[in-house]
Amino acid sequence: MSCWQTIQDYGLRSLGIGERLLPRSDITLCEQFTLIGSGMIWNVYFGVLALAFGFFLSVALAMGKASSRALVRKPCEWFIFLFRGSPLFIQFFLAYEALTLLPRTGVSLPLGIVTLTIETSWVTRAWAGALLVLFLNTSAYAAEIFHGALRSIPRGESEAADAYGMAGWTKFRRITFPTMLRLAWPGYTNEAIFLFHATALVFFSSFPAWRQQGDALYYASYLADRTFNPFIPYPIFAGYFIVLTVIVIVVFGRINARLNRHLARDARPSLKIRPQLVR
Amino acid sequence: MFSFCTDPALLDDLPWMACYLTTGKHMAFYASFGTVLLLLAITAPVALLFGFLGAMATRSQIAPLRWLGRGYTSMVRGIPDIAFFLFVPIALDQGLEWLRHKVRCPDWELPVRQGNDFVVCDIAKLPLSNAPQWVHEGYGFGTAVLAFAVVFGAFAANVIHGAMTAVPRAQMETAEAYGMTRRQAFWRILVPQMWIFALPGLSNLWQILVKATPLLFLLGVEDIVYWARELGGSKTSTFTYPHPDWRLYYFLFLLVFYLALTQVSEIAFGRLARRLSRGQATAAGDALRKAAA
Repeated sequence: MSCWQTIQDYGLRSLGIGERLLPRSDITLCEQFTLIGSGMIWNVYFGVLALAFGFFLSVALAMGKASSRALVRKPCEWFIFLFRGSPLFIQFFLAYEALTLLPRTGVSLPLGIVTLTIETSWVTRAWAGALLVLFLNTSAYAAEIFHGALRSIPRGESEAADAYGMAGWTKFRRITFPTMLRLAWPGYTNEAIFLFHATALVFFSSFPAWRQQGDALYYASYLADRTFNPFIPYPIFAGYFIVLTVIVIVVFGRINARLNRHLARDARPSLKIRPQLVR
Repeated sequence: MFSFCTDPALLDDLPWMACYLTTGKHMAFYASFGTVLLLLAITAPVALLFGFLGAMATRSQIAPLRWLGRGYTSMVRGIPDIAFFLFVPIALDQGLEWLRHKVRCPDWELPVRQGNDFVVCDIAKLPLSNAPQWVHEGYGFGTAVLAFAVVFGAFAANVIHGAMTAVPRAQMETAEAYGMTRRQAFWRILVPQMWIFALPGLSNLWQILVKATPLLFLLGVEDIVYWARELGGSKTSTFTYPHPDWRLYYFLFLLVFYLALTQVSEIAFGRLARRLSRGQATAAGDALRKAAA
């Protein structure tokens, strides 16, 4: 079987398209590359969507934590504490157990005349349940970064905005938010890399891989178990992740350059990449 | 545990709960919290040592040693650490078995890798197949500790290297002016002063280490996650203590445990930072001096 044939069979295996049975014996290098690469689709899916949704929630949480009203501040602080103080691994388990407690038949909401039935079975599947956990988790971590940036906005900028008569939404949109984003961006880049690494935990640890449709690590450990040889699948997995990390750094670096384009060349902060590990 | 526990089916809610929470398996569950703390207690110093050696290697004047140090730290940074947690124990296990195989069975003709199998002779197995259970468990725990130490050592190396370069240049120049050798200046001036610069990074690392401990479960160690799943799963009436699926409550308990652990660590590191700032030429040290005066 040629390698091209293998790619056609297994290239989209993680989405359930192509050959149904995973290779069992005489596993070739090509099959390993293809399967693990196909699993990367899920890692990218979780990472991109959780970051995209999490960005908005984290900005809101950061503003909430900086609020002077205790009624707003306290819930935000608790949310951040809860998700930053506990392991992501436990959060996955907890979420999975909690979501399976929802009735399988769906929840019925009596709304006067009509009864609305909400399907709930889909939330225990990884694509929704794990995404929810990752979204809440990255929101908490990013909120802490944004909160730190919010506190280090130069006072002069804020005073200048006041002097121009800006207030409320206008001030936030024109002054506070752009500066906060600019200051937080290096930290946020690390958080993004961190999140992509965290996506490796999804199928492997908590949510069951439905019909063996898993992420890259799921296939890597499957292949390592099959071949009794960890020296091929894990380095392949690592290679894919290094490529993904480099892509994240390039994309975020572009955005960083754009955010700082108004500054003098030597005053622009460079991205210091300090990827963290499992949370 | 209690004398009234002989027939739990007859008990009321409260005594039933008391009996249920003191069964032998629950005792093993409570003991597994000790396993987690033991892992932390062993891994943290070992990782710190790895980190220190790594940082020293990256500063070395011998080029191959420097490359080794740089390679070590940068390798771990780009790859999810869970890959290392899965890879290092298996690789270590196979490496050790292969070495023992070479030493103990020199006459063995067959290749070690037979297609999809990894075969070594019986007396080279690690641990030996007739070894008692605790040896197997201890060996598994040991490889897990090493995997943690390798990963966290690389991050600690990064932090410590940063801290070493953060010590004011003038301090090292003064040491040289006093005629200290490179080695003397390193041990007497640089090392004692770098800790305050390393502390924020190391405390962050500790928090991450605490939050990485549930991964022990993936390495097959019977840790708190293992027991929470084991005990929480629904038990039919054939068990002495039948109950529905309680895993959610067990995991909530673990969540509270971890929140408490990270919170206590944060307070402890705050105190340590105060202690280390004494007499330092930093803003925090100045603040302490002013407060004392």
